[in-house]
Amino acid sequence: MSTISDPGAGNDGFRIGMLINDTRYRSYTFQFLALLALIFGIGYLISNLLANLAANGLNISWAFLGEPAGYDINQRPIEYTSQSTHARASIVGAINTLIVAFLACISATVLGIIAGVLRLSNNWIVSKLMSIYVEAFRNVPVLIWILIIFLAMSNAFPQPRDFRGDDPVASMWFDAVAFTNRGVYIPSFVNGEGSGIFWLVVLASIVGVFAYRRYARSLLYSTGRLLPTGWPSLAILIAPGLLAFFALGQPVSLQYPELRGFNFRDGIHLRLSLIALWFALAIYTGAFIAENVRAGIQAISKGQTEAAAALGMRPGRIMNLVILPQALRVIIPPLISQYLNITKNSSLAIAVGYMDITGTLGGITLNQTGRAIESILLLMLFYLIVSLSISAIMNVYNNSVKLKER
Amino acid sequence: MSDTHAQTVAFVRETQIPPAPPPATETGVIKWVRENLFSSWVNSILTILSIYFIVRGVIAVYPWFANGVWGTSDLATCRQILDGATGACFSVLQDRWRQMIFGIAYPDDQYWRPLLAFALLLVCVAPVLFSKLPRKLLILSALYPFLAYWLIWGGTIMIPIMVMVGFVAGYYAFTWAERASGFAAGLASFVVTASVVWFIGGLISGAMPGFIALQEVPSRDMGGFMLNMILGTICVSLSLPLGIVLALGRQSSMPIIKGICVVFIEFIRGVPLITLLFVANVVLAYFFPPGTNLDLILRVIIMITMFSAAYIAEVIRGGLAALPKGQYEAGDSLGLNYSQSMRLIILPQALKISIPGIVNVAVGLFKDTTLVSVISMFDLVGVLRGPILSSTAWTGIYWEAFGFAALLFFVVCYGISQYSQWLERQLRTDHR
Amino acid sequence: MKKSVILGALTVAGLAAGAAGAATLDDVKARGTLNCGVTTGVPGFAEPDANGVWQGFDVAVCRAVAAAVLGDGNAVEFVPTTGKTRFTALASGEIDMLARNTTWTFSRDVDLKFEFTGVNYYDGQGFMVPKDLGVTSAKELDGATVCIQTGTTTELNLADFFRSNGISYEPVPIETGSEAVQLFTAGSCDVYTTDRSALAAQRANFANPDDYVVLPEVVSKEPLGPLVRHGDHEWGDIVRWTLNALITAEELGVTSDNISEMSMEAGNNPEINRLLGTEGTLGEMLGLDAEWAKRAIMVGGNYGEVFANNIGESTNIGLARGLNAQWTDGGLIYSPPFR
Repeated sequence: MSTISDPGAGNDGFRIGMLINDTRYRSYTFQFLALLALIFGIGYLISNLLANLAANGLNISWAFLGEPAGYDINQRPIEYTSQSTHARASIVGAINTLIVAFLACISATVLGIIAGVLRLSNNWIVSKLMSIYVEAFRNVPVLIWILIIFLAMSNAFPQPRDFRGDDPVASMWFDAVAFTNRGVYIPSFVNGEGSGIFWLVVLASIVGVFAYRRYARSLLYSTGRLLPTGWPSLAILIAPGLLAFFALGQPVSLQYPELRGFNFRDGIHLRLSLIALWFALAIYTGAFIAENVRAGIQAISKGQTEAAAALGMRPGRIMNLVILPQALRVIIPPLISQYLNITKNSSLAIAVGYMDITGTLGGITLNQTGRAIESILLLMLFYLIVSLSISAIMNVYNNSVKLKER
Repeated sequence: MSDTHAQTVAFVRETQIPPAPPPATETGVIKWVRENLFSSWVNSILTILSIYFIVRGVIAVYPWFANGVWGTSDLATCRQILDGATGACFSVLQDRWRQMIFGIAYPDDQYWRPLLAFALLLVCVAPVLFSKLPRKLLILSALYPFLAYWLIWGGTIMIPIMVMVGFVAGYYAFTWAERASGFAAGLASFVVTASVVWFIGGLISGAMPGFIALQEVPSRDMGGFMLNMILGTICVSLSLPLGIVLALGRQSSMPIIKGICVVFIEFIRGVPLITLLFVANVVLAYFFPPGTNLDLILRVIIMITMFSAAYIAEVIRGGLAALPKGQYEAGDSLGLNYSQSMRLIILPQALKISIPGIVNVAVGLFKDTTLVSVISMFDLVGVLRGPILSSTAWTGIYWEAFGFAALLFFVVCYGISQYSQWLERQLRTDHR
Repeated sequence: MKKSVILGALTVAGLAAGAAGAATLDDVKARGTLNCGVTTGVPGFAEPDANGVWQGFDVAVCRAVAAAVLGDGNAVEFVPTTGKTRFTALASGEIDMLARNTTWTFSRDVDLKFEFTGVNYYDGQGFMVPKDLGVTSAKELDGATVCIQTGTTTELNLADFFRSNGISYEPVPIETGSEAVQLFTAGSCDVYTTDRSALAAQRANFANPDDYVVLPEVVSKEPLGPLVRHGDHEWGDIVRWTLNALITAEELGVTSDNISEMSMEAGNNPEINRLLGTEGTLGEMLGLDAEWAKRAIMVGGNYGEVFANNIGESTNIGLARGLNAQWTDGGLIYSPPFR
């Protein structure tokens, strides 16, 4: 029925039939019906919910968030005791989610780029090894990898007890790092007097490195002069910090982990659950990123490489200055969705007992209070906000590197 | 010329010497090795490192396989046989493979049914996957869901037959009504006709429960790898139509419909599957009318279908966006209405270019079905983490069990992704 | 659209479980099977064997109820649940009763609206450590790493115990028992804590159980028992009195061996007669027939037999009766009289 009655021709005004047959009104009819269906659908679900709650004598209440949680959390980025509220336990969990997601995103990116580039290497054995890595991890559920890595690490690494005695079974690396089956213990910083200034200097030198590289690049683009970037960056990074360190009288010292009682004390404890989850997410997602990187590089026409080679560039430079900047535009959009996947997959923390928000709010809090609807609603809201923020940030970055079209 | 040579220079060779073989370093294996393994010092280091790691890996893993123990009924006996040597206790697979594949409760003597359903799946899905096969075979694919349902769940064959009859009757009503008065009317008459047929069919099949009946298996008894396969297949096939509708809705010019679709898609894509499974498990029951009680597996299917539909919608939207605008305009200029131009011009092309993406979503979804183990369903991972690894006989084993699970998933997913790559090569029309 | 159609078809096909109305008894009878919630696997209490048949102490309660109501101890659908899913499964009617070592607490009874129908095992939370750690009391565990199985009251008891004793610890929460055991035996944690019955059950599975000891401290009361939804008292009564029938049978010396003989005709002990239905109309009052208790007892024997066969000292779980002895033997197992 594509015939349209011309409403201007006849003066018969508006007829009911036009709601269906006239394309001008039909879309309104459909939308109205859709809206009506949606409202009725939601209303139906909510009335069911209320009826069910009433039948079981339950209600919706957020008061449980203010009650003491009563359970302990091992990894506490902010202050928390078992007497803190459920709300605070949820926040601790949320921060833990962000920690593991951040760590996994960084390592997956590094791993993915290395594996993706190596997979295109002309070294046969390396490229085959990388294909095996990519295929093995892409085709097996991440939950199985998390469990295997978790259980394997807990069995393969020595117990803290093995570090004890005159002839210990295991020993620390450089007396500073201990790999145990409870996690890795690394030294922590102890901030003395004047440490604030020292950290400011370190921060400033990191900013300085970026500023220098930017300057070097703009010089390269405007005059063609090539400044060395390797050793000056290193110097800018290290020298001011070292100077400040000794000038201020060594304000920052390292505290080494030490075996006392049942466990290593002091230092920073990267727990087994964190490491297993981080590691599993990083190598799993790294395999996907490697594929994205490979596809991105292969999407760049061979003519680009040949053109660059004809200009006399070395292979490393060709990759860095010609191929990767162009490939990046292809790589970034799938990379964003990989970051989103990492964040969402971090909820599998529940399988290894890492206390992320699914473990606190969606786990113990839900179990103990029985407030399923409220907890799961909050949980979804959290992930939704994080996902939307990540896509927003990455989209801004994507727009900044996108080819400016005519 | 030769005689001049003969007179002036005594030692000029009369005949051309045969070509010398290329230097040893430029032929055969040695050339290959030089070019592919040791072309530069960086490559040489990488090669040596890789070989070192491969050798170390083989040395570590080989005895584990070679000493593998089969045939014991528990871990303690197996460890006794190994007597401290490195070795796998593969007997856990031998002892519990039924539970890993079919779950703990599927009746032993009925294993042929899911196996047959699986074999038929391979046969019936082939016409969809390979466009070179005769199109008439698609009828097989259309019959498959009903047959598979009957095989796996059992009961009388009348139920799937009646459902199928409903679809067929609805289809004829649809074509008839659409020709007479448009797509919407067609849809309405489809729903009405199908419902009527199903209602009558429900009465008929209710009256003859024993007609060509297989032993009924409640869906709660599905488990193991079979459950992963069932969830994966059902949810992907259900989410395809839903995904198409969502993608069209998102492309629509009607703001309210577009808004609903965007909110739905972005919401689902923004939350982890595990929270949706929690919803299926602990919340969804509250949203059904009081007194109804859907099975857990059905609730999970609903949530996973919504999840994958959102992802498939995005893939199809990419396909729709990739079509040149001229295709839409061509449809309009032919005087086709919306549903006609979509069905006849736009969707066939858009779907064709989105197939690789859809296959990727399907593989991802299939892997994600393992998450149902978190909500106490006994899929492959659930059956390992629950009854098998906590049983008296097999506490303390994990490499063998999880390795087997990983292998099963690898075989299926690698197979599908190889197909997807093959398809991409088939569809590629540019010349690189 | 296609989705809803197929869902509808599946529903027609009987995939949907029956309605969860107020009359659970009618539902169960109409369905012909009892849906009973159990754990995903705790040795001795509920675990499927190599043939997929559920075995265990909690499972026996389900089978007894099924036998009393339906006349067949095998007419049970066992629904595995986790700590998170068990209560919703019960509240939403997915299961008719929950027999999953669930602790009877005030808030579960009052706030979550469940009805505990008795106690089939008196438990308490304990600690297990490797022997060579040289620890003899839980109070020496300052700074220890503690593996906890989550989803129970365990986390809260643990936090309370360590806080009230002013000592610190590092909790490692683990979802499933099998993984907790893996970590503990690998030395990833110094201590493993859960209910003492589960500790004993899991210790029995270790490669070398003698290397581990259960510390003497019991840090909580954990009365474990079957529960049903609030509101359906007839159904609650059936579950309660089936459990009581098993307990009373042991007290009165009715065993699976002598029960058929005893129930042939009324004997001279009136309570046995009332229990076995040879006298009085107790079964009728419950809405069942006269032989309900006889069938319940015949499935797995009386309480003592169930205990002995699944978790008792002759099994490799090796639990002593302790608090779970009959009140006549100084325990807490006590059934109200059948009259």
